[in-house]
Amino acid sequence: MTILQFFIWSLLKVLVVTLVLLLGVAYTVLLERKLVGRIQNRWGPSRVGPFGLLQPLVDAGKLFLKEDIIPTAVYRPIYLLAPVIALGSALVSIAVVPFGAPNVTGPGGFRFFQISDVNIGLLVILGITSIGVYGVALSGWSSNNKYSLLGSLRSSAQLISYELALGLSLVGVVMRAGSLNLRVIVESQASKGIATWNIFGGFQFVAFFIYLMAAYAETNRSPFDLPEAESELTAGYHTEYSSMKFAMFFMAEYANMITVGCVATLLFLGGWTSPLGDLIPQPQNLFAHAFFPILWFALKVFAFLFLYVWVRGTLPRFRYDQLMNFGWRFLMPLAILNIVATSLWLAYR
Amino acid sequence: MLLARHCDAECSQGLSYNQEGPPKPKWIVSWAFPKPAGRCARHSSVSDEMMHLILFIVFAGLCLAGAINLLLQSHPINSALSLIVVMTSLAVLYLLLGAEFLAAAQVIVYAGAIMVLFTLVVMLLNAGREERTLGSTVARTIGFPAVAAIFSVIAIMILRAGGLGTAGLHQGVTSTEELSRVLFHQLLLPFEVTSILILIAILGAVALARHEDGEKAAGE
Repeated sequence: MTILQFFIWSLLKVLVVTLVLLLGVAYTVLLERKLVGRIQNRWGPSRVGPFGLLQPLVDAGKLFLKEDIIPTAVYRPIYLLAPVIALGSALVSIAVVPFGAPNVTGPGGFRFFQISDVNIGLLVILGITSIGVYGVALSGWSSNNKYSLLGSLRSSAQLISYELALGLSLVGVVMRAGSLNLRVIVESQASKGIATWNIFGGFQFVAFFIYLMAAYAETNRSPFDLPEAESELTAGYHTEYSSMKFAMFFMAEYANMITVGCVATLLFLGGWTSPLGDLIPQPQNLFAHAFFPILWFALKVFAFLFLYVWVRGTLPRFRYDQLMNFGWRFLMPLAILNIVATSLWLAYR
Repeated sequence: MLLARHCDAECSQGLSYNQEGPPKPKWIVSWAFPKPAGRCARHSSVSDEMMHLILFIVFAGLCLAGAINLLLQSHPINSALSLIVVMTSLAVLYLLLGAEFLAAAQVIVYAGAIMVLFTLVVMLLNAGREERTLGSTVARTIGFPAVAAIFSVIAIMILRAGGLGTAGLHQGVTSTEELSRVLFHQLLLPFEVTSILILIAILGAVALARHEDGEKAAGE
């Protein structure tokens, strides 16, 4: 495989994955609006296209055409940089996620369903998410608006606090797989389907719970959506943003949700592998071999996103002190206990 | 289409998730289950070394530019952002030297956690633009010669101790496994002592915060 070949293939993959991710973002918004609508006993968007299916495309058009207002008091360079950081880091972390069977390869050993197979894939995702904090923090500060500043301060504090619990909750999974490579972690859960998934067979349901809570906090989602609590802070850190700059924050939030869903799927729910494991024989047909893993993966991520919206539709927002207490006094010790228990179990076995 | 047929021919021998089963063509094995280094041996070529050199020059340049910008900026938030650039480009340099775990830790810990705290403090205090002063003449007359002297002393010390060693940009990658083996076997004691040191720092911070809290409670 020459450098040129590698370059062209990678570019193709990046384009396709980015496109699919952005479409996914658009339709996650629709999913949320529809589901929250049903939870609140109304229909949600239903006018544009059948079942309102074309609504996201119209919304995107609307956001593109809106006037882009830059307030006079903002600190311009950082005000302009912040949405780019937010969206960029949200889109980049999908690059190490394996979507489908890794052994479907093209000539020269080119993997179709993963942009890059990195030894430290999990750490790469954690690193990129931690860079994403700057998008939120800087946007709030540079807007020169008290609501924005309060929102971004809350957000930074929340992200720092919950990143610990998030990182610690993943240690158990990493110890079980003995690797930080996402592909290897999935393969370690593959043998008996649902019985060997980390969440059930691996007894990592405590870790899954911690991850879930921390991920909701990390993506600024309800019940931890204090940084953009509209009843207190108008819109939090993106109050002063309009048009596409607002849309970039919006897309970043939903792209982060999808990434978090992908990571949960890979680490706890067996990734692209079938829940039935080897009970049904592996399909011999190449098309089926490529298609079914993708289907399983998409279904699992969808289930995770569904849960996200469900939680948003049912739980009220936490108070700030409750948020901090929950993160530091409950989730953190629990995560450490989980690590101790898992390592004792691994040593005993 | 050509590709699909090619794939079909190669893969139709049966693929499974585990490494056992029918023998697979060589290129599938070598790519689906790469060596620990994560790179293929035949991939190391002149163009690869060229790539490494280019990356090194780009990120070393970025690192230096960020460091200089850090000193020149008068606004604290710009300085903090330059420091983030320095740290992330340092992470890439670590990666080029084959220390992948260190690179990730550099981004997560320094760029992601410590610098967030820095920017948080800058935002909280709402520190404004620094006033440019020409500095006192004393500082200038003593400062520059002192810096030059210290620099030359350090340079002489390093050169006398055997000169600057070379660190190659090479293909090998130190895996996290190897690193942790060294860390938890050969260097276990220093490692644990360091963690106790950090624990003491944390306890100190908590004690200081507590003290202030107690005083307030007593005052009320």
